[in-house]
Amino acid sequence: MFSEYDVIVVGAGHAGCEAAAAAANMGSKTLLITMNMQTIGQMSCNPAMGGIAKGQIVREIDALGGYSGIISDKSAIQFRMLNRSKGPAMWSPRTQNDRIRFAEEWRLALEQTTNLDFWQEMVSSLIVEENVIKGVRTQMGIEIRAKAVVLTNGTFLNGIIHIGEKQFGGGRVGEKAATGLTEQLLGFGFEAGRMKTGTPPRIDGRSLNYALMEEQFGDEQPGKFSFLEESPILTKQRSCHITYTNASVHDILKTGFEKSPMFSGRIQGIGPRYCPSIEDKVVRFEERERHQIFVEPEGWNTVEVYVNGFSTSLPEDVQYRALAKIPGFEKAKMFRPGYAIEYDYFPPTQLKQTLETKIIKNLFFAGQINGTTGYEEAGAQGLMAGINAHLNVKELPEFVLGRADAYIGVLIDDLINKGTEEPYRMFTSRAEYRILLRQDNADLRLTPMGYKIGLASEERMEKVKKKQAAMDEIKKFYSTQTAAIDELNALLEAYQSSLIQQRTKIDFILARPDISIEAMRKYIPALDQFHQKHSAEEIESAEILLKYSGYIDRERELVDKMNRLEGIKIHPNFDFGNVNSLSSEAREKLKKIRPTSLGQASRISGISPSDISVLLVYLGR
Amino acid sequence: MGNPNDTIAAIATPNGVGAIGIIRVSGPEALPLVNPLFPAKDLSKVPSHTLHFGPLKYQDVLLDEVLLSVFKAPHSYTGEHSVEISCHGSPYILQKVMECLIAQGIRPAEAGEFTMRAFLNGKLDLSQAEAVADLIVSETSAAHQAALHQMRGGFANKIRDLRTQLLNFTSLIELELDFAEEDVEFAHRPHLVALLEEIAGEVQQLIASFRLGNVIKSGVKIVLAGRPNAGKSTLLNALLNEERAIVSPIAGTTRDAIEDTLIMEGIRFRFIDTAGIRDAEDSLESIGIARTHEKLREAQIIVYLYDVNTLTEEELLSDMATMPQDKEIILVANKMDAINTATLPKREGHLYIAAKNGDNIELLKSTLIQRLHLNARPGDDTIITNIRHFHALQRIMEAIHNIKSGMHSGLSSDLLVIDIRRALHEMGEISGEISSDEILGNIFSKFCIGK
Repeated sequence: MFSEYDVIVVGAGHAGCEAAAAAANMGSKTLLITMNMQTIGQMSCNPAMGGIAKGQIVREIDALGGYSGIISDKSAIQFRMLNRSKGPAMWSPRTQNDRIRFAEEWRLALEQTTNLDFWQEMVSSLIVEENVIKGVRTQMGIEIRAKAVVLTNGTFLNGIIHIGEKQFGGGRVGEKAATGLTEQLLGFGFEAGRMKTGTPPRIDGRSLNYALMEEQFGDEQPGKFSFLEESPILTKQRSCHITYTNASVHDILKTGFEKSPMFSGRIQGIGPRYCPSIEDKVVRFEERERHQIFVEPEGWNTVEVYVNGFSTSLPEDVQYRALAKIPGFEKAKMFRPGYAIEYDYFPPTQLKQTLETKIIKNLFFAGQINGTTGYEEAGAQGLMAGINAHLNVKELPEFVLGRADAYIGVLIDDLINKGTEEPYRMFTSRAEYRILLRQDNADLRLTPMGYKIGLASEERMEKVKKKQAAMDEIKKFYSTQTAAIDELNALLEAYQSSLIQQRTKIDFILARPDISIEAMRKYIPALDQFHQKHSAEEIESAEILLKYSGYIDRERELVDKMNRLEGIKIHPNFDFGNVNSLSSEAREKLKKIRPTSLGQASRISGISPSDISVLLVYLGR
Repeated sequence: MGNPNDTIAAIATPNGVGAIGIIRVSGPEALPLVNPLFPAKDLSKVPSHTLHFGPLKYQDVLLDEVLLSVFKAPHSYTGEHSVEISCHGSPYILQKVMECLIAQGIRPAEAGEFTMRAFLNGKLDLSQAEAVADLIVSETSAAHQAALHQMRGGFANKIRDLRTQLLNFTSLIELELDFAEEDVEFAHRPHLVALLEEIAGEVQQLIASFRLGNVIKSGVKIVLAGRPNAGKSTLLNALLNEERAIVSPIAGTTRDAIEDTLIMEGIRFRFIDTAGIRDAEDSLESIGIARTHEKLREAQIIVYLYDVNTLTEEELLSDMATMPQDKEIILVANKMDAINTATLPKREGHLYIAAKNGDNIELLKSTLIQRLHLNARPGDDTIITNIRHFHALQRIMEAIHNIKSGMHSGLSSDLLVIDIRRALHEMGEISGEISSDEILGNIFSKFCIGK
């Protein structure tokens, strides 16, 4: 019934969809297997994409030729650039999305992708011959052969849902869990663990009193994720609302603690410290009188709202009574309660930098199966796994991003070297070179790489070349042109900046923190004329480079310094067991992870600087 | 560097004839490879840290009667099995013993190899290893103390402690940045300012101590300046107690800067005699005068000497005008034995001596020591003697300066963090919490063989 595929992707969430699209677009004959074709591209948790660090990842996925950016733009109901008041490294795009449109756009995009087939069924086991993946076996006993398999099982592997004292198997509320795969993988020698995540109740928006909440609008001039023209810019937007919990909310929550699956120990999995449930917050931050709640609309037309900040697995009646004490929620009606879900994951230290498993050749893991949380983190891994599955099948060199290349590089490097004890979420602070990994330059950083491996389109590459040329032109103009004293002083006066005495190069003025290109254009007609031909994106990127060059240069210096360790390669056959001077913990870790460079070794948890010095001595002299 | 699993040996005492000479052997096979040469005992059975007297023989030929110190792993300098052979200190015997050890399959050590093994076996951290290198070349007791202090880890500990505090604070700022959407504030800015001040204070002191540290390591340069025939050469001889400079009554005899050293209170003073300050008519001497001005600029302390009986107030003022402004100057009035107290009032703050008789020379010496300590930290405190540390500390100061001015101008904290991270990086390289190939290269290249 099936001929052999190049790549099979198991699971059609954010990771699976990106993996399937990437492999197919690069030319692999690809099959996407999902338990339910109606739930492709689900937003299982909040109806939003991006945010701090995550928005940068969506831009990176887009720059490489992935779909998440375009899908998010097409289904957006609100756009905000977070942290505009901070430095450019912190600017983070975020959209609120129409949950149903988002899934629909994913399905449409995948259906239009050539080389991609679909099959709806549960995969019950893998076909492995001599530690090489050969395909999958489905619940109905169908064998489908493939040269590579990408597993993106999300929260479905032995998923158990908890609400108060009730518990039942499932991968999401109303959907079956997947069984059998974990057990088979354990048999191959994989280690597995349990993780936990949660989601808040969904509420009937008609029952809320928004007058008691603070309205949060989208940006007046909304941007978007994708660097391509294909996705639209929003012309109308929906607002979110902000409200707060209070002492009486907390008191009611406390009455449910003895029935809480978290506190009673029924949940064994480790939850995300960074995205704690409301009961967790009440216990851990006892001194705080209130916690912030974001009320997020689920779409353009639906009345359903998502209560961000109120993730919980307390009994449904406790959830209901506590919610009613929140200003604006007095008469709230619940569509469904929040719940916690426990699922299997495989510690990602069992993976190579390509996300291929070390134990089984051509088997790749991506998404929550690796212990991460978040759509963006999942999408990024899916993309990289899909790319490398294709490259492996075609026997082409692997594609790996470094920590100074992309957040995606930071993400995967962290996962495979440090592993994770709790659901891993991206933060800007995880990146050493934050100022280099900005949302505005994701295309400059990554599109040439995506183009080279055959994923990013010609159109993308042309846009990048044009942007680069425009930026070079702008930089040159600013560093050579002067402006008349009276023009500049009118500007400086308006912005209460100190005046100048003589004709001054305009980049000098732009370096002042309170002066922007936009402001300068208003006062210097020649400058305004010069910028007519440039797009907003080109001007933004050039402005960042001009204004923050000192910081960018300093960060680059540090990259160069650190890269010297990256440049010291460790031979694949190097026997760490022979280096008696290493601590025994370091020896074990190094033998397990098998780092390919000294830089990578230095990031493995449990490897101390003195271990690195020892290796330096061994390798270097 | 050679295979770290070899057993190595080197002569550990300086070249030349001495009462005893020591050969150090270290490595996994140290005991079984040395034992055949020392039939008196079974070294595998003797306890660690014991001494054994007996003949050292090679193929039944007696080489010497020696004392063997046995250290068993991991309780030795290198952390490996070690034997130290104390024999009679003739170069011939030492060489002969080395040859026999090599014949046993022991490899001659490379420079720094013992210390590198100590480092590899976790006996020393990098800054301690660095201190060992300094210790070996230390010539005075103060240099010895400074290096010993660093070897015990005092310096690295201090930086490590400050770095940890800054790191903790940075984590709070980072947390704040990553949770900017939620109404949280973790990092209290006045605390950061206070912490920066504390670090700046410590780093500044360490930088200042480099002056003293450098003095301790390389000696302090003291330049004798003054008009021709003020008695500079005589004073130098008095200080050094030997006829070194050319002493003559003809003004301008000293044409070259003469250098000699004197160790006082453990500190090496390098005295530099100069040609006189004078507008020379004779061109040969004018070369000497150019050199004098160059020397003055390099001096740490200038001793300005004048003939108390002949120098006028105007001449004194004009000479002072030619001195570098930022230097410590000690004004010394010479020839006080011939002074006519009736006509010449005593100048306040000037030191009166008679170089020819040695009068008040001891007072001058103690003044020199006193002036040296004025800007330096006393006693047991940490002293920076290493130029690598000095440069790193300067870069830390620069980063802290950037952070402070950034905070002052309301810079966003993500940009502040760039400089904080730089400071952390530099501090980490000093304390050994960040390793880099540069440091290793620096340290192990400084060694001599036998350490």
